[in-house]
Amino acid sequence: MLRFLIRRTLGAALILLVISAVTYVLFFALPSDPALLTCGKQCTPQLLATIRHNMGIDAPVPVQYWHFLSGIFVGRHYGTVDCAAPCLGYSFVNEQPVLQTLLNRFPATLSLALGAATLVLTFGVGLGMIAALRRGKPLDKAAMGFALVGASVQIYFFGIVVRYIFVDQLDWLPQPGYTSPGASLTGWAGGMLLPWVTLAVVNVATYARFTRSSMLESLEDEYVRAARAKGLRPWGIYIKHAWRGAMTPVITMFGIDLGLFLGGALITETTFNIPGIGQLAVQSVANADLPMMMGTVLIACTAMVVSGIVVDACYALIDPRVRVS
Amino acid sequence: MTESFLDVRDLSVRFRTEDGPLQAVDGLSFSLERGRTLGIVGESGSGKSVTSLAVLGLHNRARTTISGSIRLDGTELVGAGEAQLRKLRGHRMAMVFQDALTALSPYYTVGDQIAETYRRHTGCSRRAATERAVEMLGVVGIPSPRGRVKDYPHQFSGGMRQRVMIAMALVCDPDLLIADEPTTALDVTVQAQILDLLARLQEEFRTAIVLITHDLGVIAGIAHDVLVMYAGRSVELGSAEEVLTEPHHPYSAGLLASAPHLTGDVDLPLRPVPGSPPSLLAVPSGCAFHPRCAARPQLPAGLCGTERPELSGTRGHLAACHLSGLQRASLGAAAEIRDAQETQETQETIR
Repeated sequence: MLRFLIRRTLGAALILLVISAVTYVLFFALPSDPALLTCGKQCTPQLLATIRHNMGIDAPVPVQYWHFLSGIFVGRHYGTVDCAAPCLGYSFVNEQPVLQTLLNRFPATLSLALGAATLVLTFGVGLGMIAALRRGKPLDKAAMGFALVGASVQIYFFGIVVRYIFVDQLDWLPQPGYTSPGASLTGWAGGMLLPWVTLAVVNVATYARFTRSSMLESLEDEYVRAARAKGLRPWGIYIKHAWRGAMTPVITMFGIDLGLFLGGALITETTFNIPGIGQLAVQSVANADLPMMMGTVLIACTAMVVSGIVVDACYALIDPRVRVS
Repeated sequence: MTESFLDVRDLSVRFRTEDGPLQAVDGLSFSLERGRTLGIVGESGSGKSVTSLAVLGLHNRARTTISGSIRLDGTELVGAGEAQLRKLRGHRMAMVFQDALTALSPYYTVGDQIAETYRRHTGCSRRAATERAVEMLGVVGIPSPRGRVKDYPHQFSGGMRQRVMIAMALVCDPDLLIADEPTTALDVTVQAQILDLLARLQEEFRTAIVLITHDLGVIAGIAHDVLVMYAGRSVELGSAEEVLTEPHHPYSAGLLASAPHLTGDVDLPLRPVPGSPPSLLAVPSGCAFHPRCAARPQLPAGLCGTERPELSGTRGHLAACHLSGLQRASLGAAAEIRDAQETQETQETIR
């Protein structure tokens, strides 16, 4: 297991390196010149050159990329500004090191992701299970009908409608938004409830359908029939035997989605004005804030890669055949 | 006459399918005593496996209609409640499936899967059940059972896995064991070991065994009685010795003739039963075998296609065929004569 983790971590580092290089090249190709934006109206060629030098964008691209990489380990200086290691660049728009901003923003995204993921797993898998076990019955049809509606709904539509109903009209919930759970636990939960539900509804639908089909397949497995031949009780068979086999593909999908959520739920964060990574990514694109864009891409990739490793570890826990090989 | 231990009377199993109703088993009757083995032979789709699932009550209840009677030690199983059947399954009647790799869950240790059945039916402690699992692994001949009880199915070889399955089926010391093609997925030497094991365990525990197979060699090896099935009906029933040496139904005779010769002239070509098994959605009228039957010319034209023959015969050797006793008796002989002729022809060709 340890060897597996070490191998995967090294692989992940390599993937991140490649992604950072590709992102760097892509962003360099952007037509905007951040130095020119900063320079303002009374811009002289000398001033522009100084700003370029301070921003670290006067060197050739490979050298710039090298500066970026070495900055992660030893820190770097932008003119008079200091960016201590690990430095992922400095945002001249926010006048803050990129990493600092990312760390400030991450708790909101983490709250949203974990809350929504919990709802998705609980209700998605639960509904799918029930639908599979009551196949063809009214409960199955209701669950699958809900799944169809849920899968078709858009976040920015659903989010605004529930907000209008539950906040503006009924006044049951506070204005959605992010409060630190350290400051006020109820404020945090109250503000995040609608974003959680909104992000979850769309995905619960997918998970319910996926779990249902996976479970139906699993119920047809020969070892499930063998379990019946042993005289086990139905729920014992469902939970112990069928469910375990049905969960492997679901967990694979969950790993991908959790990675996506942790990288910032762009639309949900924007709809509910939650100061997370997703919103930051949108803002940094609007501001042509290259270092910040780079940072948000990297954090999204890291989230993806890390959840990939976690899923593979879970896989090994569930399926002994994976453990051995 | 006292009732047999397992007594199946006029069993019919019908499925509702998308293509219409399907009669998988049609008026099947047989009986089995403790300590005896009944081999059920037939091609794919002849209703062998459906019969075994019906005995255990494992068919899909929503889509299946079962009529007739299945009595296990006097208890009627047809129409019995699911809860009652659950108590019997794994406890008094157990099943060995064809492919142990798919019939054992890959996610749990073999010990857990064997102990699970034992705990369910005895309610004993986890520790005692595990002890029992170790004991059973030993009984079925797995070396160092204590060390292997915590292994997963994929860590066993094919033959050892089938032994694990047998251990799992026998853990509660059932009176009836249904083995559905238990050796089909194994190579020949391992097959023989598994059959030996079944025979040895039967002697020890006096288990009644229903052995489902399409392999006549397996039947010859351990079955006492044989039931030959065709298109969901029984076409011949008798002691293994009689059916295998003097088949009284043209289909059984054809099956025997189609088996490869392992002694004598092994170069003889295989002689398959012509045609293919009928679809159960469109079973031929009269005798279901008549379109493929080689003995039809011996009977009045039209008889086989219109009238369904009942099982008849003497001294417990029954066949469902319009042929008279004398004609039946010549079936095996005819095959032998054909063999002899072919041997001669082959030899002449070689010369």
